[in-house]
Amino acid sequence: MQLVCPAGNLPALKAAVEHGADAVYVGFRDQTNARAFPGLNFSEAELHEGIRLAHARGRKVYIALNTYPDSVRVEQWFAAVDRAAEFGADAIIAADMAVLDYAARTHPSLPRHLSVQGSATTAAALTYMHERFGISRAVLPRVLSIQQVERVCAASPVPLEVFAFGSLCIMVEGRCQLSSYVTGASPNRHGVCSPARFVRWDEAPDGTRTVRLNGVLIDRFEEHEPAGYPTVCKGRFDVNGEVFHALEEPTSLNTIELLPRLAKAGVAALKIEGRQRGVAYVSTVARIWRQAIDRHRANPEHWQVDGAWQSALAAHAEGRQTTLGPYHRAWH
Amino acid sequence: MQLSLGPLQYFWSRERTLAFYRNAATWPLDRIHLGETVCSKRRELATRDWVALADELAASGKQIVLSTLALIEAESELGALRRIVENGRFLVEANDLSAVQYCRQRGLPFVAGPTLNIYSAQALSLLIEDGLQRWVAGVEQGHDLISELRAAMSALGQTMPELEVIAWGRLPLAYSARCFTARALDIAKDDCGFRCIEHPDGLPLATREGDRFLRINGVQIQGDEITDLAPEITELAALGVAALRLYPQHEGMSDVVARFRAAVDSDTPVARVGAENGYWRAAPGKAGLPLQPA
Repeated sequence: MQLVCPAGNLPALKAAVEHGADAVYVGFRDQTNARAFPGLNFSEAELHEGIRLAHARGRKVYIALNTYPDSVRVEQWFAAVDRAAEFGADAIIAADMAVLDYAARTHPSLPRHLSVQGSATTAAALTYMHERFGISRAVLPRVLSIQQVERVCAASPVPLEVFAFGSLCIMVEGRCQLSSYVTGASPNRHGVCSPARFVRWDEAPDGTRTVRLNGVLIDRFEEHEPAGYPTVCKGRFDVNGEVFHALEEPTSLNTIELLPRLAKAGVAALKIEGRQRGVAYVSTVARIWRQAIDRHRANPEHWQVDGAWQSALAAHAEGRQTTLGPYHRAWH
Repeated sequence: MQLSLGPLQYFWSRERTLAFYRNAATWPLDRIHLGETVCSKRRELATRDWVALADELAASGKQIVLSTLALIEAESELGALRRIVENGRFLVEANDLSAVQYCRQRGLPFVAGPTLNIYSAQALSLLIEDGLQRWVAGVEQGHDLISELRAAMSALGQTMPELEVIAWGRLPLAYSARCFTARALDIAKDDCGFRCIEHPDGLPLATREGDRFLRINGVQIQGDEITDLAPEITELAALGVAALRLYPQHEGMSDVVARFRAAVDSDTPVARVGAENGYWRAAPGKAGLPLQPA
């Protein structure tokens, strides 16, 4: 299994390559990718340098072009596909049909991976994308149980990549409008979820902090209570008179204990989430997953989870807690 | 302008559902969408019951469309989808690419439901090649995006398909593997007891300040507000919108349909009864929120 790591900038890319990523995924500094955050992503010069560095070490670079352009902006996405081809990227990761179709026609030899934002959860949907746009890999949305992943792997016309670690989107990717409902800006259209410019923290004299997203109260924290980033799905709300994390707690996905099953199912690549995270995160997470994959490859019968891996990963998890998420039926 | 009854998003008892649709057959609607789009565990009506209901309602002269699941996870769900696509009589609303693929393989036309991601004329054109006959715009596709898409279609020399826009109801915002109703009731999804049947208009979720915010509807999250585009009917007509989608609600649906029928047939603008749909103005979907942070 290939290890695919996030790189929000050149130092993160170097760290990922250094610590064992087989491939890194990156984005241009605009809304063509789903992590269009201020201060993140690559200028053209940085991308040239990143690809050169990765290729010198025999690693691959995938360029995420996984947002959905509207009719007026679609040419900008097509131009980004052209640049990805010209820069020598090893693949693009895209979700929108228009972008995939343009890439297939204009740069047929540039591999096309279906992004998680493409919301394909079945062999039928994957077959559509394969027959229509010649995708050579797809990233599965984080909604399937491990048994369902195994079945889709067996029936899929293309190799699959699954999320292994990182912040957990709990909705079907590509079909979540919670961010735009509150801010007008969405992962699909603008490459952002709950953008920071809409976040407002207020501290009361008693130390209580409230956090709002465009004026909507997402959560309130006592003085010493740990506080997470206010995406709508990780807030605390009142349902039936009870206040709790009604959708999900601040937590990260960690599937390391499923590694043998994912390998056996024929999963082609494990994806680490977190282009918005720094060098320390990328280094630690890449190093641990590299070790886990290598040890499994060397000796699958006697492979077991190393306790040190789990504590190191938990330290980099949202809310310092991890979950098997949808892979585990009990989460549903 | 046509009026379409959107698929029932909530889970109602079999009796309630059948009674609702038998009444709906008498309302001034042009089209009725039938079928389960949210959760395959909801089986007060099985797939064959929905198809039988479609046969029954077709006698009313209204067009009947069979809607399909937005999120498909299990083989059994694909099997049910295949049976709907192969019903042999009714047009299918595809809410996932799985349904698009099944229709395309069989050379059948389909309606593109609001959960297919169509943001540009180019994407729409590709789906037209696959058999798209009518397009129900998603929640993020507001006036300007559609207007620009229409212009781009004509620049591409493409004919715009029939366009349907959500004009009444709570906006479907997100879908998950997780059942949020089960979570709120502290029960396991696999042993949920179908408790969402107790919330025929969804389960309200409020902020900690008590402001109504979202609606929990099983694995689906909706906006809490019932959006109302009736005051924009003139503008919708000018944009070439062919049909208005009205989402079923537990009470008062007959009045909702009658009000829209009167509004569509009259030249006098009507006052808003529900909430403004911010998405229509390229603003946050929830009414009254600013486009730029304060």
